[in-house]
Amino acid sequence: MQFKKRFTLILMCGTLAVVAYIVYLHGIANHGVRATIQRYEKRHTGDRNPRSFLADDVEGVFSTDDHNSTVNRSQWETRLDWRKCRMETCFDFSKCSKGFKIYLYPRQAPVSEPYAKILSVIEKSRYLTANPLEACIFVPTIDTLDQDVLSKDYVPNVDKKLQSLPFWNGGRNHLLFNQYSGTWPDYSEDLKFIEQAMLVKSSMSIDWIRYGFDVSMPLFPKDHPQSGGDLGYLNNASNSIPSVRHYLLAFKGKRYLNGIGSDTRNSLYHIHNGKDIVLLTTCKHGKGWEKLMDDRCLQDNDEYEKYDYKKLLYNSTFCLVPRGRRLGSFRFLESLQATCIPVLLSNGYELPFSEVIDWNKVVVWADERLLLQVPAVVHSITESSILAMRQQCQLVWESYFSSVDKIINTVIEVVKNRIQNHLVRPSYHWNTVPGAHVVLPEWSDIPSNYPFYFSPFGETPRDKFTAVVYATTPVTTSSPSLFRVLRMVSKSQYCHKVIVLWHCDVPPPPSQKWPTDLGIPVRVKTRDIKSINARFTPYKEIETDAVFNLDEDVLLTTDEIDFAFSVWQEFPDRIVGYPARSHHWDESVGRWKYSSRWTNEYSMVLTSAAVYHRYYNYLYTTYLSPMILAKVDECNNCEDILMNFLVTHSTRLSPIKVTQRKQYKESLQAQTLDQIGQLHFQQRQECLEDFVDYFGYMPLLHSVVRLDTMLYKDPVSNMRKKYRQIETVQS
Amino acid sequence: MKSTQSIGSHLVAEHNLQTVMGKRKWSFCSMAGICFVAFIFVNLGIWWLGPSWRAASYTRDLPPELLSHESVMLTSDSTPANPRDSNCTFHNFTCLEVYHCGYDDKSVISVYIYPIQQYYDEHGVDITPPMTREFQEILRTISQSPFYSKDPERACLFIPSVDLLNQHWIRPAQVSKILASLKWWNSGKNHLLFNMLPGTAPDFVNYLGVNTDKAMVAGGGFSSITYRRTFDVSIPVYNPLLEGVELPAKSHLEDRKWLLISSQFGLNVVYKAELQSVVAKDNKVFLLDRCKGTPLNYSVRCDQLGQEHLYPNILQDATFCLVIRGNRLGQPTLMDVMMAGCIPVVVADGYLMPFHEVLDWTRASIHLKEQHLPDVLDVLNKYSPERIQDMRRQVYYYWQRYFKSLSDMTLATLQIVNDRIFPFHARSYDQWNELLNRKAVKNPLFLPLRAPKSLGFTAVILTYDRVDSLFQVVRQVGKVPSLSKIIVVWNNQEVAPPPMSQWPNTGKPIKVITTKFNRLSNRFFPYDEIETECILALDDDIVMLTPDEMEFGYEVWREHPDRLVGYPSRLHLWQNSTQSYSYESEWMNAISMVLTGAAFHHKYFSFMYTYSMPGNLKQWVDKHINCEDIAMNFLVTNVTGKAPIKVVPRKKFKCPECVKEMLSADMSHMVERSECINHFVELYGAMPLKPVEFRCDPVLYKDKLPGVLKKFKDLGVL
Repeated sequence: MQFKKRFTLILMCGTLAVVAYIVYLHGIANHGVRATIQRYEKRHTGDRNPRSFLADDVEGVFSTDDHNSTVNRSQWETRLDWRKCRMETCFDFSKCSKGFKIYLYPRQAPVSEPYAKILSVIEKSRYLTANPLEACIFVPTIDTLDQDVLSKDYVPNVDKKLQSLPFWNGGRNHLLFNQYSGTWPDYSEDLKFIEQAMLVKSSMSIDWIRYGFDVSMPLFPKDHPQSGGDLGYLNNASNSIPSVRHYLLAFKGKRYLNGIGSDTRNSLYHIHNGKDIVLLTTCKHGKGWEKLMDDRCLQDNDEYEKYDYKKLLYNSTFCLVPRGRRLGSFRFLESLQATCIPVLLSNGYELPFSEVIDWNKVVVWADERLLLQVPAVVHSITESSILAMRQQCQLVWESYFSSVDKIINTVIEVVKNRIQNHLVRPSYHWNTVPGAHVVLPEWSDIPSNYPFYFSPFGETPRDKFTAVVYATTPVTTSSPSLFRVLRMVSKSQYCHKVIVLWHCDVPPPPSQKWPTDLGIPVRVKTRDIKSINARFTPYKEIETDAVFNLDEDVLLTTDEIDFAFSVWQEFPDRIVGYPARSHHWDESVGRWKYSSRWTNEYSMVLTSAAVYHRYYNYLYTTYLSPMILAKVDECNNCEDILMNFLVTHSTRLSPIKVTQRKQYKESLQAQTLDQIGQLHFQQRQECLEDFVDYFGYMPLLHSVVRLDTMLYKDPVSNMRKKYRQIETVQS
Repeated sequence: MKSTQSIGSHLVAEHNLQTVMGKRKWSFCSMAGICFVAFIFVNLGIWWLGPSWRAASYTRDLPPELLSHESVMLTSDSTPANPRDSNCTFHNFTCLEVYHCGYDDKSVISVYIYPIQQYYDEHGVDITPPMTREFQEILRTISQSPFYSKDPERACLFIPSVDLLNQHWIRPAQVSKILASLKWWNSGKNHLLFNMLPGTAPDFVNYLGVNTDKAMVAGGGFSSITYRRTFDVSIPVYNPLLEGVELPAKSHLEDRKWLLISSQFGLNVVYKAELQSVVAKDNKVFLLDRCKGTPLNYSVRCDQLGQEHLYPNILQDATFCLVIRGNRLGQPTLMDVMMAGCIPVVVADGYLMPFHEVLDWTRASIHLKEQHLPDVLDVLNKYSPERIQDMRRQVYYYWQRYFKSLSDMTLATLQIVNDRIFPFHARSYDQWNELLNRKAVKNPLFLPLRAPKSLGFTAVILTYDRVDSLFQVVRQVGKVPSLSKIIVVWNNQEVAPPPMSQWPNTGKPIKVITTKFNRLSNRFFPYDEIETECILALDDDIVMLTPDEMEFGYEVWREHPDRLVGYPSRLHLWQNSTQSYSYESEWMNAISMVLTGAAFHHKYFSFMYTYSMPGNLKQWVDKHINCEDIAMNFLVTNVTGKAPIKVVPRKKFKCPECVKEMLSADMSHMVERSECINHFVELYGAMPLKPVEFRCDPVLYKDKLPGVLKKFKDLGVL
């Protein structure tokens, strides 16, 4: 009994001790979350598995944000160190609440030529404002481009000048441009004057860029064209497969013998083979190179002289772009232009606009550490990739780099892209045809609302159009041509709606006089139709992808309308129309000439009867500068030429002429011009030249092709033809 | 875990006691002593045996070479690793040894995992950070992946088997020593550490607060300031509470009840207040929090009225879901939200989204600055319904591919590192981000280009033995101004081609290629001798094309280099009666094919025909000796999304005198061609051909103008 008692007691003690130990190990196991986790553990992994990484820290992970003040919390990290600036810490978003506007400080001191070019782009920008109070971005006119103290363009004391700017505020919301920082021997990228301003800089390195805040810009030469710019070389060369270029990989340039960046170029000779890989360096550089000369120099210099730089560039599939003293080099843009795929040998180089451009589609990254692997890397790239990269090369060159205009406008778009959530451009805006500049994110946030992205996204244009009829003459007779046009177009199975633009001093006839049996809605717009540009206003009533722009007096049949629309569906990014015009370069006077003669080729179709995507209306109204629209308004003419310029500029594709009955109203005017016609023609000639100036180049492209109906004038019964009216003869 | 062991030990102790008690009567003291000793012994046993027993139990899926059971003693004077090198970048010469990664044809990095070891201090205290099952899963995934290598000498990347997932469990000083003691540590170069919860109270720095020197960190809460771009990898904060949770399938298209849900608990009071004011503005916003008065249960949330809702199921009723920062930037709530197919609205200034280096989060999330939280509705309302659908689809896609399991996350992490080391073979934006859309077209000739006219075209004439008609074709095509070269593909292995002296002199180079086998596909082989982009494929009996027609065809091709541009055309039609496609050669108002007996195409399509046609289509055509032209039309239309173009009016393409004898053959011919179409549709899984209603004529064709004004006069004549 005694024993039993004792035994029980001991047993109880022991059990208690063990239980206490369990409890001790377990912690205070009454927490709900922990219980939840244990349930999961038991259910899914069995008892013998280890715990989750979350187990003892659930509170820490899922709950408690116990900062007293959430305001500008992340700014604490950068408050003292502007070298760590990010948009959310060093940029004042509240200044942009009224939209994206840029204020340019008044010009004071003269600036260098490249900076003058940069400023003139900003002066022409559609975001420019004269009011600093509504500005989101500020651009100083102090030239900070060259900060190499040994350079002749060096501007001293920029820090003091910047700090004295009236809206400087530590650099907040300011954009500063720089091409050269630091100098021999270390070429430091440390620019102390930038403070909290966004730095737009060439040759930026991954180490120095405040990613997402600064912008890496390409290094461009002083004589880089202001606008227009060279076309990509693929326009003059074969895009064949396999590449027909003579060399696989080429480079020709100086080498430095000593100092920063010299190692890479000094070792290039290892992979030069004089056959498909030609890498040439010369030691002749600067003063006193002979003193530094190594034992390869004489041989290298000889080899160097044997090849022509341009010939190498244009006859090579890949071009080596090694770093110079600084990370960026002129080679980069030159090879993009030559559509010679850049092979980068510049470790740590932050490629221009890397925030938005998908460079993996354009360049090959080699590694300075693995120079000897470069030939193997280049050889391993497939023919299909080469074909794609070469085209992508040209796409980015022509979209973002070929002129100072494009480079700086890209800078502006990159910055703008960070400001408003819903206007952040998707990657395809930047990296697919036709490039971001002609794709305005304000228009739509889905690809199928643009004319460019139907097939890449597996979509097709909707099979309806909205007819926009431009009426300028009062309706007097009982069967005016306007009503005839309405009847004609309403018979089309594709017509969704008609919008009549009433641009006339006399008010439109009362509604009971309008034809009532059309079967489709007709909207008459009278207000705000004060300019011929109103033809291209993106009215919200236009709900279809296609717009059919018509004059009130066109002589078209429903068949012609239907056929043009069916052609447009195959070419939704182009203007499809009937009467065509052309242009040519007149060597004798050195001018572009407008031509309305019947020729074997054309470069414009008249929008007095043409179908195109409604986005172009938006582009016309928003993208073009008010100055050029005012010009059209002033002469009440040329709006169609401008539209052709705009669309061809956007797509790099010519318009399309479709067949029509003979004769269109204007057909003989060109031959027998009356006085008004003369003036009209003269105006159009002037417009053509003004537009070339405005775009900076001649965007128009010729076509020798007319699209006819399949059985047009074929010797088969007319009854077998779908669009019969097209062949019925008109007087 | 420890608790289960102690339950076991308790049972063992009891059993010992009973057997002892049943045999002899011991004094209370000895009894108590034995009891105590046994208790100590059992516990010590667990303490000593525990680690290896533990390791054996949870590492059963790991390869044996990882289970070393070795012990390492780290004394107080063992050197710790150096502090984290915040200047490291991928290209930095000092932070990464790319030489180890080598270059082979596979372009796959080799990843070595250190064997799992136990670390003790000089007092014998185990200082190994406990291994969690998530880390074990990461190691298991790597060891079973193609990246895994057993050979440290050839490894590019090293993974220490030290669990750093949650900094809460780590003693930084000890871990620094452990890292430095690793055999190939080398200042941390080429080492990859996994961490999901960085920082600890009270300051919660957003990087792993351990001396990691030059090691890369795959971390789950980086800010854009602490993240070493091109070097670290931003990964999700995994949520183990979702394991086993299954949500009902919901389409990304359906309407959802709530516009916006906030479901996190423990939000900052400032945000809570701001959200309250948002709710007041719109009743489609729904606020949830933990249920008051009950133990915290992760699978339930309560609304403001105290109503309980099942979580994360409730997220399936919302279009947008808030993911707001806590003390840490990275929140596991992101996982819940994505699982529910809800679009995350991320409110965490400076937070780097998981895998942001490769994933395009603008397509699958909305980022709001913390100070703009009160304006959240204004922002959300600016997105179109179509865009929202796209985003939902993208969220679901990312979830499925990169987030749904630790294994997916781990592989994505390694792939990102792999892409950095072999950038020229990196996965493209499309491969990371694009859903497979059958209808989407990736045109290989996407750039609008017009080849310079001077390059000209190469005529490739397929012939067998009809020398007379061949020579006539050669003479005819030789007159075309833009012709640059003629290539004759001699498909007859029995008879040699006539000697060059007998060939008509056209002033253009002629090259005869004799083939090894009589195959139709020979006509589309991308011979090196073809130096132009543009190929005019010709049959040896196409004698009726005039030079004007061919020159004009070349002009049309230049304006449309990504299309097939040809003369005779055909159409496919769907026959309701037979439920299949038929092949039409009648005079129709539309076309969907051009015959390659006379058609221009880009050389790239020859390349594709030869090397990348789907299935065994090429062999099938060679075997049936028919339909190579239909195959080419399928190929081009499928890859470009563009219909072929017919040039100039219809004309008779067969010799008139053979019409009669051909007639009977014609019927069976048409049946065969229809069969081809139906077979190809099966192979492609869809009908790529598109009918169009236009053809291309010169601008002044049939216009009533004097012939002298017209550039291409001689065309359309029968």
